[in-house]
Formats: sequence, structure tokens, C-alpha cells
Amino acid sequence: MAEKFVSRGFVGKHRQPDAALRERIPPGQYETKDFPVLSAGPTPRTSLERWTFSVYGEISEDLKWTWEEFLKLPSEDLTVDIHCVTKWSKLDTTWRGVAVDTLLEKVNFVAQPDVKHLIAYADGGYTTNLPLTDVLNKKSWIVYEYDGKPLAPEHGGPARLLVPHLYFWKSAKWVRGLKLVRENRPGFWESNGYHLYGDPWREQRYAGDK
Amino acid sequence: MQTLIWQFGTVVDKLQETSRTQSIAIDVPDWAGHKAGQHIDVRLTAEDGYQAQRSYSIASPPEEPRVWITVERLDDGEVSSYFTDELRTGDRIELRGPVGGYFTWDAQTADSPLMLVAGGSGVVPLMAMIRHRSAAASRPPARLLYSSRSHEDIIYRAEIDRLVAVDSTLEVFHTLTRQQPDGWTGFSRRIDRAMLEEVAWRSEERPDIFVCGPTQFVEVTATSLLELGHAPGRIKTERFGPTG
Repeated sequence: MAEKFVSRGFVGKHRQPDAALRERIPPGQYETKDFPVLSAGPTPRTSLERWTFSVYGEISEDLKWTWEEFLKLPSEDLTVDIHCVTKWSKLDTTWRGVAVDTLLEKVNFVAQPDVKHLIAYADGGYTTNLPLTDVLNKKSWIVYEYDGKPLAPEHGGPARLLVPHLYFWKSAKWVRGLKLVRENRPGFWESNGYHLYGDPWREQRYAGDK
Repeated sequence: MQTLIWQFGTVVDKLQETSRTQSIAIDVPDWAGHKAGQHIDVRLTAEDGYQAQRSYSIASPPEEPRVWITVERLDDGEVSSYFTDELRTGDRIELRGPVGGYFTWDAQTADSPLMLVAGGSGVVPLMAMIRHRSAAASRPPARLLYSSRSHEDIIYRAEIDRLVAVDSTLEVFHTLTRQQPDGWTGFSRRIDRAMLEEVAWRSEERPDIFVCGPTQFVEVTATSLLELGHAPGRIKTERFGPTG
């Protein structure tokens, strides 16, 4: 039986003193007040005139919104905690955007019960896969404002997916479309060593984590 | 895919690189090997069970049996200051890896010139690529553009000089943004488009490009490279937000 390991001389000076806040930080994460930027390549810049948002794949008729049309969709303000797989968590971030439920309300899921996943497509070629049960019922949004201001390009503007209950790589920056699919296929980071699902509370960081 | 299990390594060497950075060599039994550009996760545990995790880029090439990381000390850093101030040879450290399958470079399969652009301690994963390239039998030509605050802040300075001296296909360009020594002939400003146009491979040469540094540094560099005609898919970035 291995004895309990202690890192000699480590005290840990960044403990969250507030127990209520501490409970909101998943295992292995630390709280940051900054908003770090991580992305695999250059920041894409699509003009709002050319920007569209599409829902396609397993759907009887593809849906498409222009930027102007998208802004007219019912939107909501939300305050959520976000958790990046690179270990930082940020509490009480505020966003404005459209619930994915709103975008998918015309999809007849009853008629096609085997369509259980979607792939988010983004400018720059980024993709990420999500189960439908994790985006519907007010669990995910396409957001275009952060902290009361238009979402900055380096943070995914003009619009990004927001799925706060999963690691933040699932919240695809520069998102341009959702493709409804039958098969759960790994997206960009999921094909590069990261977990297929990515629950921060179970610390599903990398492929193979239980 | 292989599950990344937590394992123990032993600190076997420590080197002061600059006033703020140290390199730490870790002997990891049964290390699975890594690619240049990957990182490890480390986990520190206090007496009462409190834990902190951070990611650190691997500085050593796949050819080196020990895993080296280079840590920049942040004044308010919880983990970085432990590494630089407290950790010593013989200490055990818990880690898992290697992590990351995208920001990597392999000399064996590379068929394009290599362009590396580093800001500060963002040089660490790029140094793994340079060291890997130096150990490889065949190697494409490579250029490193490296931005530091001052001459004293250049991490791996002596080693880079040595590698350049014996390899005519490795070119290194320094820029010092805050302070330059007398007689300095390198660049003296933050990296910009004109500098990249001057030293980077041209887009027609289709280089493999790796950029690593602080957020604004990466934004400016990657955007300038796009403007110079490089394809977005050839520009791989890693942003070095300071992690305490």
C-alpha cells in the first residue's frame, strides 16, 4: 500500500478561503480573475456582412441566419462559471446570446431518435463534438456579448458556443454552424489527445480519463 | 489511446537559466517518450491534501531520456515559485504526460523549412524542437525569431549560440524589447510585420510555423503572418498565459 504522497515543502498559497466559492472550483483547477486566451492557430476574422450561422446535417431543411437575423432571435443574459482544461476556472462570467434550443426548435428529434450528437464547426477549421443532451434544455448558447460588450475576436467573437458545464474547449470560438449527426465523432482537440466528453467535475481532461 | 496515468519522477538536476527562470530535469521511470512541443501536467500535494496542478512545456527533445521543464518564477505564483525556490534535487514530483498532439514537430516527417517565433518563456517548447532537430540525422533548415526583454533574459542563450555556430542551416534572430547591451546589432522592438517579413521564410517556401508566447505577442505574430500570405493551417500557436 502506497503511503500518502506529499510534495516536500509545498504549502499552497492560493487556497480559496471561501468555502462556497471553493465548491465551485472543479478538481485540479485554480481560480483566475484574468481571461486567458488559448487557441491552436491564428484568430480568424470574418466580417459581419459575410457571417452566417447554419444548422444542417440530419435535418429536413437546413437553417441559416445572417448576423442581422441572428441578433433578432430571442436572447438571454447569463452568468456562469467556466473551466479550461489548462487548469484555470473563472467564476461568474457574464454573457448574452441565443439558447441552442432556440436554434434547434424546428428539428423533429422524435422522428429521428438515433440523431444524438452534433458537431460544432468554426472559422479556422476548428470542430468539437457534443451529445445533444448536453446542448438542449438551456445547457448551451451561441453568445455574442461578454461582460456587456461585443465578444472580442481573441475570445471567439463575433460569436462562440458556450457550454459551461464542460471544459471550455467545447465552447467553440468563432462558431459558424451546428451539424446534427448520428455518430459521435471526435472533433479537433478530441482527435489530439483530449477527452471525448470533457466533464470538469470528473476531471475528464485527456483521452482515456474515466 | 493510452490513458495518461499519474506517475512519480525524481528531480535529478536544476539549472538557473536567467534570473527568473530555472530548468529542472526529472527522471521518470518508464517514460513513454514524447514529441517535441508537448507538455506535462504536474500535481503538487500539501500535507493536508490540498492539491494544485499546472501544465509545463517539455524543453528536452525526445532523444533525451530525462524530462526537462523550464519554469519562469512569477511573484505571486503558487506552483512556479515552489519549483524555483523550494524544489531540490532528490525531491519526488507527481506528473502525467506527455500531453498535446497538435503543437508538435517531428524532424523525420518534416519536409518544409521550420519557422519558430518565441516570446519570452514561450521559447521552451520551441527549444525542444530545436534540440530535436539538432539530434536528427536529416533536418530541414530552421529559423528562430526570439523576443526577450533584455540580453540577460534570453533563456538558453549560450546553447543557442553554440548550436548556431556548428549548424549553418539554423539561423537565430533576437529582438530585445526593453534593454539592449552596448553595441547590440539585433532588433530592438516588439515583433511586428516588417520584422517577420525580413526574417521569416516566405509563404511560397511553405514553412511549418510555430508561435509561442503571451497572448498579444501571438495575436500580432499570427495576424502578421497571415497578412504576409502564410496559410492559416500552417501556423500553429500556443499562448503562454502566465500560470502561477
